Formats: sequence, structure tokens, C-alpha cells
Amino acid sequence: MGVFNYENENDGIVTVTMDMNGPVNSMTAEYHEAMSETVEKLESEDGLTGVVFASAKKTFFAGGDLNGLLAFEPGNEAEVMSRLAKTKDEFRRLEKLPVPVVAAINGAALGGGYEICLACNHRIALNHKSVQVGLPEVTLGLLPGAGGVVRMVNLLGIEAALPFLLEGKRVAPGPAMKAGMIDATVDSLEDLLPAAKAYILDNKGNEEAATQPWDRKGFRIPGGKVNSPKLAQLAVMAPPMLKQKTRGLLPAPEKILDVAYQAALIDFDTALTVESRDFAYLVGTPVAKNMITTFFFQLNKVNGGASRPQGIEPRAVRKVGILGAGMMGQGIAYVSAMSGIEVVLKDVSVEAAEKGKAYSEKLLDKRIARGRADEAKKAAVLGLIHPTDDDTDLEGCDLIIEAVFENLELKNKITKSTEQYLSADGVWGSNTSTLPITMLAEASSKPENFIGIHFFSPVDKMPLVEIICGEKTNDETLARAFDYTQQIRKTPIVVNDSLGFFTSRTFGSYVDEGVRLLHEGVHPVRIDNLGKAVGMPVGPLAVHDETSLELTRKITETWDGMGEVDKWGERDAQREVISTMVGEHGRGGRYHGGGFYEYGDDGTKQIWPKLYDLYYKPDFEISADDIKDRILFRQVVETLKCLETNVLRNVPDGNIGSIMGIGAPPWTGGFIQFVNTYGLERFVERCSELAEKFGSRFEAPAIVQSKIASGELFT
Amino acid sequence: MTNSAFIYDAVRTPRSKGKKDGSLYSVKPIDLGAGLLRELEARHDLDTSYVDDVIMGCVSPVGEQGSCIGKMIVMNAGWDESVPGFQLDRFCASGLEAINLAAQKVASGWEDLVVAGGVESMSRVPMGSNGGPMANDAAFSLKTRFVPQGIGADTIATLEGYSRDDVDAFAVQSQQRAAHARDNGWFDKSVVPVRDLNGQLILERDDFIKPDTTQEILAGLKPSFAEMGKYGFDDIVISKYTTLDKVDHVHTPGNSSGIVDGAAAVLVGSEKAGKDLGLTPRARVVATAVLACDPIIMLIGPGPAAKKALRKAGLKKEDIDLWEINEAFASVAMRYMKDLDIDAEITNVNGGAIAMGHPLGATGAIVLGTVLDELERRDLKRAMVSLCIGGGMGISTIIERV
Repeated sequence: MGVFNYENENDGIVTVTMDMNGPVNSMTAEYHEAMSETVEKLESEDGLTGVVFASAKKTFFAGGDLNGLLAFEPGNEAEVMSRLAKTKDEFRRLEKLPVPVVAAINGAALGGGYEICLACNHRIALNHKSVQVGLPEVTLGLLPGAGGVVRMVNLLGIEAALPFLLEGKRVAPGPAMKAGMIDATVDSLEDLLPAAKAYILDNKGNEEAATQPWDRKGFRIPGGKVNSPKLAQLAVMAPPMLKQKTRGLLPAPEKILDVAYQAALIDFDTALTVESRDFAYLVGTPVAKNMITTFFFQLNKVNGGASRPQGIEPRAVRKVGILGAGMMGQGIAYVSAMSGIEVVLKDVSVEAAEKGKAYSEKLLDKRIARGRADEAKKAAVLGLIHPTDDDTDLEGCDLIIEAVFENLELKNKITKSTEQYLSADGVWGSNTSTLPITMLAEASSKPENFIGIHFFSPVDKMPLVEIICGEKTNDETLARAFDYTQQIRKTPIVVNDSLGFFTSRTFGSYVDEGVRLLHEGVHPVRIDNLGKAVGMPVGPLAVHDETSLELTRKITETWDGMGEVDKWGERDAQREVISTMVGEHGRGGRYHGGGFYEYGDDGTKQIWPKLYDLYYKPDFEISADDIKDRILFRQVVETLKCLETNVLRNVPDGNIGSIMGIGAPPWTGGFIQFVNTYGLERFVERCSELAEKFGSRFEAPAIVQSKIASGELFT
Repeated sequence: MTNSAFIYDAVRTPRSKGKKDGSLYSVKPIDLGAGLLRELEARHDLDTSYVDDVIMGCVSPVGEQGSCIGKMIVMNAGWDESVPGFQLDRFCASGLEAINLAAQKVASGWEDLVVAGGVESMSRVPMGSNGGPMANDAAFSLKTRFVPQGIGADTIATLEGYSRDDVDAFAVQSQQRAAHARDNGWFDKSVVPVRDLNGQLILERDDFIKPDTTQEILAGLKPSFAEMGKYGFDDIVISKYTTLDKVDHVHTPGNSSGIVDGAAAVLVGSEKAGKDLGLTPRARVVATAVLACDPIIMLIGPGPAAKKALRKAGLKKEDIDLWEINEAFASVAMRYMKDLDIDAEITNVNGGAIAMGHPLGATGAIVLGTVLDELERRDLKRAMVSLCIGGGMGISTIIERV
């Protein structure tokens, strides 16, 4: 059997131990050969009592062959269909063996791995945190194409199955058992195979144990068929609820819903064919390519340390000093302490520092309420945070993160007065989002140890950290900032110093385009609705209210003061709108009592009525497509400029950074990957159109032309 | 057109609440329909073998309303075995579509006498019993951005700025007009009491009307579609109507059409049929029109359909004396009046479906009969009948007394 070890013991139980070449088992060509031979041999066995599927790897089975899927081009659907048909046929034949087939799940069984388990009659899993089952295909723009949708629906009923299929959650053994995704657990690895065999022996001659529920006479799908009155509400309400989440931008969950719907209506084998058709469709969509590229391959690269200097020993931070216990400082304190790091949280008064620590207490109480922490954990975490107003408490910190107001003088003063307490080879990180690191480092006696560690708000929720290297920052410092970021379980991207770095600068182009549309006379509600229609989490005006118009005013003032006037292009419309809104009308943003919107106490908001008088021109005509493309392309162009000028050091950091830090729509795979599937030539053409209509800021950066010339994509 | 399509008569059942506690719940749909056919036969001493076809609109044609209920009603009425029949479904316009089709059959010269109408026992065959892709096929809903009609109606109100008070005021007027017309006997000519097999009276007049309705009472009702809207349907509307930041949910059971049981039958024929059978025409069908608009908002078809009918007829809106727009929801009727720039004084003068109910497949034929009665009572000439239809369609018919 090649890479499937086939052992037939005296008791008639065959154990198939999957042990493929490479670190994991997955659905490569090698798998297809091994599975096909295995099934054939099982079918010809005499005196078979049962079959156990096991894994020789740490994980049970990893899933589909993503490299193969990524190479798929529309036009090859028939090939995909025939490969799926073969896979499904083998599963069906396994299901139809006259004996129980048991999956002995020793590690993660996700995607195709869990689909193998579903084709077994009985699923036993090791009850350990390394074991997860589930069908995460949707997170990569795909659907479980090896029978996963159809079997989940037939096993659990459509209502219970849909959340697992649509959200792609990885499920631990306990909850999986509760949900009916697995049938039994064992507490130790040694017990796993014996338990599988014991099940087979216990069920010798029990026809039901050898027959899948859907192959039993009189089988009815749990919860009923989808056209039953009981499920009528589900059929009506599932689409809008899904659309509310995806805004119609993600084809995979829509197709999953459709296949699940049909699986709960028509015959099992026909539903399997429908599932294959939709899989073959999805695998060719740009969205699937974008999501596989960015969320699998590039995220693995980023988290695997592709941007971390090589040859420097990893080192954990032991004691971190955080200067400023405001919103950012208190969040950084929380995530650091949660990772077991000793925290000195310093502010101008003990009271202010205590208040910052109280934030951690609040978050921990929430976790306890949700059953995700206990009092002991809370005590341990809070015990690590030392609030103080005394600089000397910082003595011995191997990392200090400065998180005070965005004021150059203040920051410089603090650097000078505090860096003496840093341990000899300690790292100084600034959580600035707008001030150049090279400039800030001038205040330091060791600029090579000075680095930008840019967090996003709220720190406890946002998964990204943007690490900024100043001109003098050395590799050792970068490596340690990188390690710290991973230590607090966040994803680090690394960029070079430049005004606004990558994320703030690109985000700035988003809000600027929103303000321009407003200034031109577009209905403000339309601007935000179309921003959301593109897939941005919040419309450009609404998000501007959140980050605050006042902050925009301040940053502009600061940059002007530094002589960096309109560094990234003219901002006339923005200057006018900010001056009118903030200067004349005191509309500084949500935190300042309202901006473009006014906010009710009940959490509702509506456009500030005067905004219509100020800017709305009912006769101004612009198509929805133009508005949407302006909002999207503006950010894409800015990102490409960052790549072209080496602010971004590589493509994966740009894609992951745009998704996790700016809110780039997941369907794009990030602001650079978007161009790959949009088509480079087509992108340049559309940029020219937009530039001609709306201004030169839309012209495609030269880097796109050079990629076209060399026939490459952005990778 | 070769022939004129004359309306020789129009009858209808009274309407009653389409639930178990409604007066007509004990009556089978085939009996509702057959009672009307027998009435036409009796009134005109009709040789039923002369009838070329019977068309019955029905929107939930399953169960007791299944198996081609048009023919079943013909058989149940005991009409000559030579008479065919069938059922059609154009959602809420089915009853009017049946008349339009009958008029076209007659106008073409290929048939001479057709009975057209509709039947819907919403108490016995609840709305939605027949399933179908609309609302029930998840993938199709996603593709077409389906939202329920009520949310479409709320969207119209939001776009047009109709407040809850506005739509409630419209509803109060519908109740008052309907009650006034009924109580003065203006419906009596055409409303045929429903009787049991022994001739015992089951229901004589419309009993769904709530004459005591006030603006205050209506203001106390909960919006019907706010909850659904919250689960994503509002966002789907906004994805198309991008200047909206929310949908105002103003429609309640009090300002929407009622769920009722009812049926109607209209005798449409050629001049020859009238001569052969000694019938006197009451009116003729001047023009018919059907079209479709945005299926998401779904309910704005009637205005454009009426304009299309006017164009086909070579008439102006001033040539129409009375207007009827099915009160599926208050905002639909209000938007119709706005689209056509017509006065509420000559629109739905005897109330509408908000007061009397909307037995889906029958309503179009019921409304046509109602306005014909009123043209005669007022001695006026022309009327336009329009309905909004699922899937974004709209339908209109112009009739003219002769």
C-alpha cells in the first residue's frame, strides 16, 4: 500500500496507518494511489472483522492539496470533477464494507482529514488539546468537496451542520463529541487503537454498526428535509443572515449553503455530485485563489518568520516596561501579562497607572464570565502587572514600550530620561503610529536598539503588530521585537521607516478618498454603504469618526510642522473638510461628541443633518462602481507604492498587514494579492480610467508595469 | 383587435378572516368557486355548454387548491361536461390576469365566452403552502437578493418619506370607506352570499372590515417586519438603495392587506356571445398591461403598469374616472397615487384590501367587479385596476362602461 501501512491481524481487523512522505498526510497524488489500493484490498479480504484508520503522524490528516488547488485554472472543471468522483467513490466503498470502519483520531483531522473520518462508521478521538476536527475549507474560499457538506448534513441535520460548515470552526474533542461529530474519546494515545479495535469486536455481526446512517433503511435526516415546515424559517432566514456577514462578496459560504440545502432534499449520491460541481466552481474563483494564497501560504510565511533576520537566537522578553497607561498602554500591558511577561505599567501618577491595570481586571472578569479563565488565572495575570509612577521601577526591563501621546518633544524627553533603566542590551520600542522612528531614535543614546512597535486598537482584539525599522535599527533589535510580538501571540509584519509607515499611510488614503467623495457632493450615506459594499468593515466616513477628525487635524498639523506637507499627495479636500467640520462646527469625531454622524445614547447613529447642507449635491452623478473602485483602488495603489519604495519589505507582509491592520476585504486576499487575480493589465487599465476621471492619484505605480514586463505576479 | 371583450357580469363571495376562526373556514375552495359559477348560471339562465373556458387564479395551488382547481370548480358546479377549466398563478395578480387572459382570448376571436376569476381559501391552504424558489431556495435568494414583500413595502415608505402616521391614516380611510360602502349596500349587487349544501347561510356580507379602527388603535400595533429586517433583510435593501442608512418599518397588520378567504368570477365574452345568449354587456376591457420592475423592492410595478395600459389604450390619466390599486400595503397604494399624480378622492373610493382583505388569487377579479359596480352607481365611464405582484411585477386593466 505504499504510504498506507496495511496490517491484517489474526482477529480479522485491518489497521491502515497513514504515513505519507513529508511531515503530514494530505490529499496529494500519493494519497489517491494509496487509498485506491487500500480500498481494493479491503474489499477482497476474506474474514474481515473491521477496519481502523490511523495515522503515523502527529496530526491525523491535514486535508486537501492546496498547491494543487491553487494551480487550477477555469476550464479544468472536468478534471477536478473526475478526481473528486474517484475520492468519493472510494469513500462510498469504505462505507459499504460489511464491517465497521473506525477512525482513530490521534491529532488534528481537518478538511479532507475530517472527511475521511466522516466516511468511517465510527470516530474515536484522543481527548487532547492537539486534537481538532472540522471543515475549515470556507476560510480558504472553498467548500469541503470530498463529501464533507453532504455527510455533515446527513449526520447532524442541516440546522446543526450549517454553523460548522459556514464558519469553518476547528472543534476540540469535547465539543465535537457533544455536537455528534465524533462518537467517543480516549484519554491517552495508548488507549486509542485498542478502543477502536474493542469497538469493532463489540459490534461483530451488528449490521447497523457497519452501515452508515444514510445507508440504513428508512433513514431520515435529523431535523427533516429542508422543505419540511419545521425548516421553512431556516430556508428563508439563512440567506439574509449569511449576506449580512459576507455582503455577497464570498462565494464559498453561499455555495455551501446551497449544497447543504440540496443535501437535505435530494438523494445522498446525487447530492455528492452537486457538491463536486460547486467545489469545481469555487476552486476557480479569484476569491479562493486570494484566500488560499494569503490566509494559508502567506500567513504561514509571516508567522514562520520570513521577515525575521536569520541566525539570531530566539529570546523571550521577561520584563516589559510600558510608558503611558492610556488606551494603548493598558492594552499592551494586558496582552503582555497574559503571555506571562512581567509588566511595569508607568504613568504620571500611580492613580493613572492603577486605572490602566484595572483594564486588565475588566477583561479578565469578562473571560471568567465566559468560562475562559478562572480566578486563579486572573490573580496570576494581575500579579504580573505593577502599576507605578516611579521610573526606577523600570530597572532591568529588557523591553520598554513607549505609548504616550503623539508628541515629538514629549516622546524625546521620555526617551532621554528613561532609557537608562533598560537592561544593557534592552530594546526600546515606540508605539507611535505617525512619527518617524528614525527621527524619534535621534533622542536615544542607542538608536540601533530603537524600533517601532505599532499596535492597533483595541490591542487585546487586533491580531497585528507593525514593526518599524528606523535607519539605525539593527537586526538583533528587529529579531527581538519580532519574538516579543509572537510571544504575545500576535502576527508581526516588518516595514521600513517612512511617514505613516505602511498601515497608517494606507488607511489614511482610505479616509481621504471618503472625504473627497463627500467634498464632491456624494450622498454621505451612499459613501459609507458603498465602502461596506466593497468589503471594508466600516465605511470611510464612519471610521473617520471613530479614529477622529481631530486626530487627522493634529497629524496634518504635526506633519506640516515637520515640513512634510502633503507628503503622500495633495489633501486639499481633506484640509477643507477638516477645517469646516472641526474648526467651524466642532465636529471632531465620535469621541469628541460627534463628527460626520451624530450618536444617540442607545448606540444608534445618523448622519449629522448639517452635513447635507454643507456638501451633498443631489445632482452630482457618479456610478456605484466608480465609487467602490475609488475606495478600493486608492488603498491598493498606496500599498503598491509602499512595496515599490521598500516601505514594505515583501508581499506577504503587505497582504497580511492590509487585512489584519487596515481591514482589507478578505475576498481580496490583501491589497497586493487583489491585483494578481484582478489581472495586472486590467488593473493598469482601470487605474488609467480612474486617473483620467478623478485624478492622478489613481495612476498605477511603475512596479505593476515592471511585473507585467517580466510576466510575474506579486508573490 | 378583432373583437371587443365585454364584461357581462361580475360576482364575488364576501370575504372573511382567512384563519380557523374565519366565517369561511368550513367551506372548501371548490365550493367557494362553484357557488359563484352557479350564481352566474342562475342569473343569466346560462347554457353552460356555451362557455369556452374557465380560468381561475390561485396562488397556493396545492392540496385542496391543487389538481387544476379551475376545472375542478367547473365540475363541482355541475356545469356541462364540455366546459374546460384551468388555474393560473401570477401571484397576487392572478385574478386580474385571468380576466386579462379571458379578454385576450375573446378579443382574438378564438373564443367567445370565458369565465375568469380566482379563488383562495387562505384558512385552509395557508399562504406559502406551495413552497417554490422564492424565499425558500437559499441559493436563489442569495443570487436575487430576495427580501420579503413587507420589507419592500417598508422600503417604499422609507424612500418616499411616508411616516407611520401617514400609512396608518391611509388604513383608517380604507376601513371607513369600506364600511360605508358595505353598510349602504353598494356591494350587494355583486356579493353572493355563501350557503351550505342545504341552502343555509354561512356568510352574507364581508365581515373582515373593522369600522371602529382609529389612528390611535393602529398606532399601538407592532411593526411586522422590523425583526426580520434586523436579521439581514434591511442590509440587502440597503445594498441596492445605497442612500438609505436604515429601513423604517412602518407596516403592521393594521395597514397591510388582511389574510382572508374569498373568490370571484367574471363573465367575459364577445358581442356574438351576448347576442346568442341574450346577455347585456356592462363594460368592455379597453386595455391590459403587465410588466416587471426591481424585484427587491418588489411592489412598485403598478404605476408603470398603469402608464403602459394608458399608452396601449391611447388614453390620458384624465380619461380615467376611478382608480383601484390593491392595498397590499398602504405604501403601495400611496406610491401608486404619487407615481400617477392622481387624487385619493377618486382612488379606492370604497376602500380596499386593508379593510376587506386580500384573498391572493381572487383579489384582482374582486377589485375589478367592485369598481365596475361603482362606475355604474356614479354613472361614470372608465376605471383603471392595478395590483402589485411578487417578483417585482405590476398589472393593470382599463375597463369602460358600454
